[in-house]
Amino acid sequence: MNRYKLRTGISRALLLVFACVMGAFFALPLLWLLTAPFSTQANLSVTFPEQPSLANFEAVFANKFAIRALFQNNLIIGGGVMILVASIATLASYGLSRARVPGRNVLVYILILFSSVVSGTAAMVPLFLLIFNLGLIDTYQGVILVMTGGLLPSAIFIMRDFVDSIPRSYEEAALVAGASSYRMFRDVAFPLVRPGVMVVAIWAFVNAWGAFLIPSVLLRSPEHMPASIAFYSFYTEAGTPNITLVSAYAFLYTIPVLLLYLIVNWRFGFRFFGGIKS
Amino acid sequence: MSQITLDNVVKRFGSVVAVDHVSLTIAEGEFVALLGPSGCGKTTTLRLIAGLEIADEGRITIGDRDVTYLAPAARDVAMVFQDYALYPHMTILDNIGYPLKVRGVSTPERTARVTEVARELQIGDLLARRPSQLSGGQQQRASVARAVVHQAVAFLFDEPLSNLDAQLRLEARAFLKHLQNELGATSVYVTHDQAEAMALADRIVVMRLGKIMQVGAPLEVYRNPANTFVASFIGSPPMNLLSGKVLLGQGQFVLDDGETVIDMGQVYQRLERPPQDGQAITLGIRPEHITIHTEPRPFAIPGALYVVQPMGGETLVNVRVGSKLVTVRLFQDEPPALPEKVWLEPALEWSFVYGADGARLQ
Amino acid sequence: MERKAIFSAKVGLLFLAPALVFVAIFLLYPFVRVFMLSFTNQTLLGTTAPNPDWVGLDNYQRLFDFDRWMRLGEFGSALKITAQFVAGSALIGQVGLGLLIAWAFYRKKGVLRETVYTLVILAWIIPETVVAFTWVAFLDWEFGTLNAILGTLGLGRPDWLFKHPLESIILFNSWRGAAFSMLLFSSALETIPPSYIETAEVAGANAWQKFRDIFFPLLRGHILTDLILITLWTFNVFTPYLLTGGGPIKKTELVSIYTYRTAFQGQHEFGKGGAIAVVMMLINFSLAIVYLSMIRRRKA
Repeated sequence: MNRYKLRTGISRALLLVFACVMGAFFALPLLWLLTAPFSTQANLSVTFPEQPSLANFEAVFANKFAIRALFQNNLIIGGGVMILVASIATLASYGLSRARVPGRNVLVYILILFSSVVSGTAAMVPLFLLIFNLGLIDTYQGVILVMTGGLLPSAIFIMRDFVDSIPRSYEEAALVAGASSYRMFRDVAFPLVRPGVMVVAIWAFVNAWGAFLIPSVLLRSPEHMPASIAFYSFYTEAGTPNITLVSAYAFLYTIPVLLLYLIVNWRFGFRFFGGIKS
Repeated sequence: MSQITLDNVVKRFGSVVAVDHVSLTIAEGEFVALLGPSGCGKTTTLRLIAGLEIADEGRITIGDRDVTYLAPAARDVAMVFQDYALYPHMTILDNIGYPLKVRGVSTPERTARVTEVARELQIGDLLARRPSQLSGGQQQRASVARAVVHQAVAFLFDEPLSNLDAQLRLEARAFLKHLQNELGATSVYVTHDQAEAMALADRIVVMRLGKIMQVGAPLEVYRNPANTFVASFIGSPPMNLLSGKVLLGQGQFVLDDGETVIDMGQVYQRLERPPQDGQAITLGIRPEHITIHTEPRPFAIPGALYVVQPMGGETLVNVRVGSKLVTVRLFQDEPPALPEKVWLEPALEWSFVYGADGARLQ
Repeated sequence: MERKAIFSAKVGLLFLAPALVFVAIFLLYPFVRVFMLSFTNQTLLGTTAPNPDWVGLDNYQRLFDFDRWMRLGEFGSALKITAQFVAGSALIGQVGLGLLIAWAFYRKKGVLRETVYTLVILAWIIPETVVAFTWVAFLDWEFGTLNAILGTLGLGRPDWLFKHPLESIILFNSWRGAAFSMLLFSSALETIPPSYIETAEVAGANAWQKFRDIFFPLLRGHILTDLILITLWTFNVFTPYLLTGGGPIKKTELVSIYTYRTAFQGQHEFGKGGAIAVVMMLINFSLAIVYLSMIRRRKA
């Protein structure tokens, strides 16, 4: 065997081992989510049930509070955040990319840094007071607005790279062809950025879908709570979770995220556009 | 169809003057090529005519309308882009028909006109496809079709052939020329390829650093390059430029190496502005205007054979003269057998003399 | 000259306006407000709710009470735990792991890459409450998958969440967030022309030399950008609360959890919460400035 073959053979084997180790590390913690929901006697172990059953899901669907959280509250919050973030970020990143805005690169960079500094629990105190003063505590609007504000900088960051990667000659061709600015945006620019809008919309939806901290601070009444908090309805009064129901609910809660990932991956490929600039 | 005029047009980008007091008149039905290296301002000039840039100074008129500050849509020009800019989300039919659509032409009439134009451009059977399903040459034709589909007052071409490979480019070049002959439209064509400009244009505008260096018919620019820049830019292989000093008394020319001396008395006599003794000048001779001798001759420049390059129909011979390489073009397919030492005789009527500033002395 | 504008700056601002309004209300305003808040004794309920008193540096003095601040459940301890958490899960865990995976699959396609990438991304996008539950199950002393594997291999069965809580949340957060770095680096790697690598290969460079001499210098800017973002995000991350609740006995009480407990539980001390937020923002800002100056030095 020659040295070249030996070397590529070894590097292939190393890659396989590496892929297996990484695959195991990232898959094993999730395995429980695939087995426990289908077992009527589930505990914290990963055991494939001998007789898979949907009884846990029946029980979960009987919990009206948890089901409303998932299929009503989560959809309203996720949908609201998605529409706001996608539309505002599209306009902003298009403007940034196509207009001669002075210092636009620095602007986006500062925005994303600033939002990283002012985020999480650090910002929750003033945000709580702001929403409180606006009279939006315990409303969907309050949660949607705060989440939108937090997600916008990153959304613009993602979108701008995408818009920048579209040649300007498309829009210029439309202008020379006789289109007004509005027609140019409607006929040419928007269809071209649509994939980017889709990706940002789904990204915003997934973020809002899974959020815990913001709704737990800004919402009060049980009927407004999203699924991340509705888990507590599967706890006993002593505060211990009912494992079988929690796992089934977690499974239902995860499915939309999984589907959206598959759609994005299939349609556009799940990746960052254009290589985030350094 | 209309005439286009640029009157002292200036365009700056920050501190860079991209277009520097350019004045130019393009007659109705004329095909003008803007030629120059990248960054010479030719594309910016075209974009100023299109309205994609607005001039900082000067006036631009199309026909009898002052369009200096008009939006692109109001200028009624058509443009073909370097990357074609065919919308990926529209079919070829919709792409070509877009200028008609924004002008409110009804769908049946639009389809009829697009179909007709597409048939003339031999892409009639591709109308249902998307741009990504077309070859480079077909995309290029589709973008030309989009430009000619409505009766624009002028056509603007921004390096429309530069994304094609060599073979296809020649084909597309002939096609464009044919189309131009049929349409007779006022056209401005930007290119960095001098052969393209020579082949297509009625007149060539050579630009450099935002300024016009020379304007003229292709053969005129080729035969009488006004300065060393135009001389070196037009013609392939480019003109040989030898710099040195005038020795007026002996009617001689001494190359920069201080050794090679050429008898130039006859050439000096023909100059309108006779050179002064000791003046630095540049002698320009095209490769096709040199004869190679194997023995010394009057007026012949001594040199050492460097390489011989057979090109098929012709042969290029490189000869070292002083520190310079001089190219000689022989119209023969058989490479000549040459000794180490050769003498190059320039055709004196085709020898150009330029001053230190690069401007021609004749 | 390369960038031609389609619109004037005025029209551009019109496009930007909605975003700027949101940024002003939800980023700038809280930023200013939290400073003011930190000098008052505002609480959610009680007499100080509508009319808070100006208390000067009182809140800060309570945070930096050096007699007791390193005790578990105090600010100093939370800072120390956060520093360890950031160093472990952000620098080594997420950035290191992300870079390693992206590099290993550079210019490779196929099922292997797709599988690993999908798993890493799933760990990132599944709702945080769900992954917290699956990790409680994974790390469980008696039934957990991790101990089942370790036990089979004869490596013992440590009680992760009780005996090694900090290690547990570091491992968890590395797992949770590696996807961002991986995606960023793999898109950055795609911009490196293959000829660069091939030239090095022809010259006889081995894998490590290729990484050190070609990949690393070309990716330095991306690595710094990634480091900034990941560090700042990890400082503010709240998800470990869902795993450990900050326990046992406050051993995993990160500053984010400490803030939450101070401001949104018990007394709801907004003033003190604001003071913590100010300190955290100052730390974050100085980190950002350090990184930015590193980028600047690289460019100079």
